[in-house]
Amino acid sequence: MKDLLFKMADDALIIGHRNSEWTGLGPILEEDIAFSSMAQDKIGHAQALYTILHEEFGEPSPDKLVYERDEKQYRCCHLVELPIGEYDFSLMRHFLFDHAEFLRYQLLANSNYERLAALSKKITGELKYHLLHADTWLKKLGAANEESRARLQSSLNEAYPYALGIFEKSDEENKLIKEGIFAGEEKLQQLWLEKIEPVINAVGLKLPSKKTEPALGGRKGFHTEHLQPLLDEMSEVYRLEPGAEW
Amino acid sequence: MFTKTRETIWSALETVKDPEIPVISVVDLGIICEVKIENDTAYITMTPTFVGCPAIDYMRNQIKKAVEEIGFEKVEVKVDMNRKWSTNDISEKGKKLLAEFRLSPPPHLEGEVELTDLQAACPHCGSKDTSMNSPFGSTLCRAMYHCKHCGLAFEQFKPK
Repeated sequence: MKDLLFKMADDALIIGHRNSEWTGLGPILEEDIAFSSMAQDKIGHAQALYTILHEEFGEPSPDKLVYERDEKQYRCCHLVELPIGEYDFSLMRHFLFDHAEFLRYQLLANSNYERLAALSKKITGELKYHLLHADTWLKKLGAANEESRARLQSSLNEAYPYALGIFEKSDEENKLIKEGIFAGEEKLQQLWLEKIEPVINAVGLKLPSKKTEPALGGRKGFHTEHLQPLLDEMSEVYRLEPGAEW
Repeated sequence: MFTKTRETIWSALETVKDPEIPVISVVDLGIICEVKIENDTAYITMTPTFVGCPAIDYMRNQIKKAVEEIGFEKVEVKVDMNRKWSTNDISEKGKKLLAEFRLSPPPHLEGEVELTDLQAACPHCGSKDTSMNSPFGSTLCRAMYHCKHCGLAFEQFKPK
């Protein structure tokens, strides 16, 4: 159970941090605001999940969990760790990640673990707007011109193995399935594919081969070279005076 | 001298406004889930509109202060993330206040929000001939629109 909560919270925190890197840099003002707003939403979701870990599973406070763990203790997937790159890459990652995230919360809205089910119901209403944003821009840019389509396709090819890494299984997964807590990564991946493939096809892009090797390891604490620098930056002020009251 | 009743607490809560939309009270916003008094302590439960709302702590403190000001020495304000909040929980008075604030109020939802059927009335001219520029605006709860009739940009409290 803790494992599921940690991977969800860590994914949300890290993608939230990456989204926030667009603040002030968006290609147009609306996108600057959109990525900043999604950052705020996702970091809020992470905080709510860390709060459950703290209150129900005896883990340290959300602040400590965020600022005092090193990369080995993080359970996020590699997709969220990657630098923002150019706008087309951030958009494609946002599309691939958010569809999986939304479906995960949708499944968890029916979880036997009531506290997570209640939170998931609250969160899905917010993530709908993230999906609307991702789909709208994908369709707009997919229909724009040759260059925009080529950029999207190249970002899709680059991000896809990492996206498959979202669904890396945990050791305790069968237990969660059996107890009706979570339907499992395999089921989630199948739902995700059914959801994203029609959108990808409709904008004239091609989904990489079904045999693509997923980028695994994140759920077990093995990360890309990009995570630790992000954590260092995120906790820089905190480490100056740990526990300081603001 | 105040009488310490649930009613006086509700009246005190009417004075606490959403800091991001300072015309609407936390009561009209529909975020107060429960008010009770036990052994001289006032217990108030609230739920945020959006989980990541940055104004939660601020509102919690304002609520505590407002209830202390009517004579309660012990006030406990709890934030309940387990309750689903919907824009349907905004009172009719609240929706009117939003419109006067030039923030297009969310339409009443039958069931879950359907993103294929999003619309907003222009709070400047009342036209429904509008289009969404972005599902994100100046705060988490707002979307940006453009009115094709009067040409002005406006924001909507997005249905949820």
